[in-house]
Amino acid sequence: MGQRIDVKNLNVYYGNFHAVQDVNMVIPANKVTAFIGPSGCGKSTVLRTLNRMHEITPGAYCTGEVLLEGKNLYDKDTDPVEVRRNVGMVFQRANPFPTMSIRENVLAGVTLNNRKISKSDADDLVEWALRGANLWKEVKDRLDNPGIGLSGGQQQRLCIARAVAVHPQVLLMDEPCSALDPISTLAVEDLINELKKDYTIVIVTHNMQQAARCSDYTGFFNLEAIGKPGHLVELDETSTIFQHPKNPKTEEYISGRFG
Amino acid sequence: MASESASVDTTSDRGPTPDFDKFVPKRSYTQWRKRKDLFMRILIFLSFVVALIPLISVLWTLIANGVGRLDWYFLTHNMNHIKGGMPAQGTDDEYGGIMHAMIGTLEITLGAMAISIPIGLFTAVYLVEYSSGGRLYHAISFFVDIMSGIPSIVAGLFSFSLFSVFAGHGVSTGFVGSVALSVLMIPTVVRSSQEMLKIVPQDLREASYALGVTKSRTITKIVLRTSLSGIVSGVLLAIARVIGETAPLLITAGSNIKTNGNLFSGTMMSLPVYINSEYEKRTVNCRADVANCVSTIPMERAWAAALVLIIIVLVLNLIGRLVAKIFAIDENQK
Ligand SMILES: Nc1ncnc2c1ncn2[C@@H]1O[C@H](COP(=O)(O)OP(=O)(O)O)[C@@H](O)[C@H]1O
Ligand SMILES: [Mg+2]
Repeated sequence: MGQRIDVKNLNVYYGNFHAVQDVNMVIPANKVTAFIGPSGCGKSTVLRTLNRMHEITPGAYCTGEVLLEGKNLYDKDTDPVEVRRNVGMVFQRANPFPTMSIRENVLAGVTLNNRKISKSDADDLVEWALRGANLWKEVKDRLDNPGIGLSGGQQQRLCIARAVAVHPQVLLMDEPCSALDPISTLAVEDLINELKKDYTIVIVTHNMQQAARCSDYTGFFNLEAIGKPGHLVELDETSTIFQHPKNPKTEEYISGRFG
Repeated sequence: MASESASVDTTSDRGPTPDFDKFVPKRSYTQWRKRKDLFMRILIFLSFVVALIPLISVLWTLIANGVGRLDWYFLTHNMNHIKGGMPAQGTDDEYGGIMHAMIGTLEITLGAMAISIPIGLFTAVYLVEYSSGGRLYHAISFFVDIMSGIPSIVAGLFSFSLFSVFAGHGVSTGFVGSVALSVLMIPTVVRSSQEMLKIVPQDLREASYALGVTKSRTITKIVLRTSLSGIVSGVLLAIARVIGETAPLLITAGSNIKTNGNLFSGTMMSLPVYINSEYEKRTVNCRADVANCVSTIPMERAWAAALVLIIIVLVLNLIGRLVAKIFAIDENQK
């Protein structure tokens, strides 16, 4: 089952640069929440704070709270490695491990953590994750081929399979379709719709049709000017955002009259 | 914009209109470019030929002079009981060999690898994965650069005096030589590994972290694994670079006519030192009434040993390429 995320007074900084200001939002469990907004307004930054991935960037830090089912990810005694096991991530560019086969890629979350897994358990997990990512039929006869030999869309679904194989509660996706052709994009969007049964999904997209097609909730981020911090303008049900947004800025962006 | 707004004429706000015909390459220019291209091609090819001349001439001289004394006996015997220009006991045309020097070179090089690979690799991992470009990073980079410029004789003197201080004056063992060579190898290993680690895409590290993998395992199982082929070939090139070092081994490992299997005790012969010592003898005196005495035998042995040394370096390079191929990332096959 997915878990709900509460973000309270989140501010994110890259060194001295204040990237995102005062974000407050609720991301409901087992729903798809989309982040939209112009480039550079901090969508990726906010997404990465949801599993503490921003901490990999030297100098990046945040203040405020991110609660996963009520538990603050930024508590002193919370281990970021543990957080990322609960909150998985799929990136803009498909990034299967080049030294691993398709099968090894799916099992990477288990084997890289040095846990032993029996052959039959591994077979089951690989099939389950690849079925979950709608990739099983296409690759079941060549599981030992390298993951980077697949097409772009297949690679991205392989990355989704790899992410779900560690069985997270939440799946973060940063523009997962922006490097894909339209057919692969549809395949991934269908997949997102199926995955929300089991996971809470947050997806960043610069494609508004995509947000409208596959999300239940949409958050609109904006920034006042270049160099100013980005902020969340509003987050509501997708139909409301696209038909009756409360904020005129949202209306402007949605209807393309932006800037 | 605001200053122009008084004017009703909208064209005044359009800015300049470039005349693109002016920028089209002229025909004469195109021809000149083609001629220049041909000229440069010839120049580059000639430089390539010039660069090849010394290489081919060295190989040719080595083979022509070295192949005469290079046989199985030469590779499997040492210089024990060899006197002057006389053949070894029980033979009439074998004059000693280089087995002790080859084994010594092997031991000393393995010792140097055992020291410099861990230190060099850990340093590179620190520089790329852990440091955030602070003072320590710059200090290490600076000293690695300095180290790569150390003349090899100085590395030998360093190792010699290090062991003189801690193990008694004038100790001469293979291991002292290994330390001297590792001083020369470490900067090369650091630099080549650092370059290889740097080109591992950040994406892969993030993908690993996003699966809940710790930093240490991300480094060992993703970053090092992905760059393995480059690191291995870098290390092999570093070995090929130091395996022919003579000066530091002359003052640290010394020379020996027998095979020494113990890296930590007794002087040890190595191929370059062997070549040097045979070369220094040049000729030996032969009495006219002794039939099998060859007065030029030291030079002949030096040539044959040099040929063996260069073959070892070539083989190391080939192994490097092979290993790089084996560990390389292949999209199509496994
Ligand atoms: N690694 C980084 N270091 C410094 N500044 C960054 C970094 N990543 C993003 N930023 C800055 O943070 C702001 C938000 O970026 P980002 O979250 O990538 O925006 P979006 O994903 O909405 O396009 C931008 O101004 C960007 O320049
Ligand atoms: Mg982004």
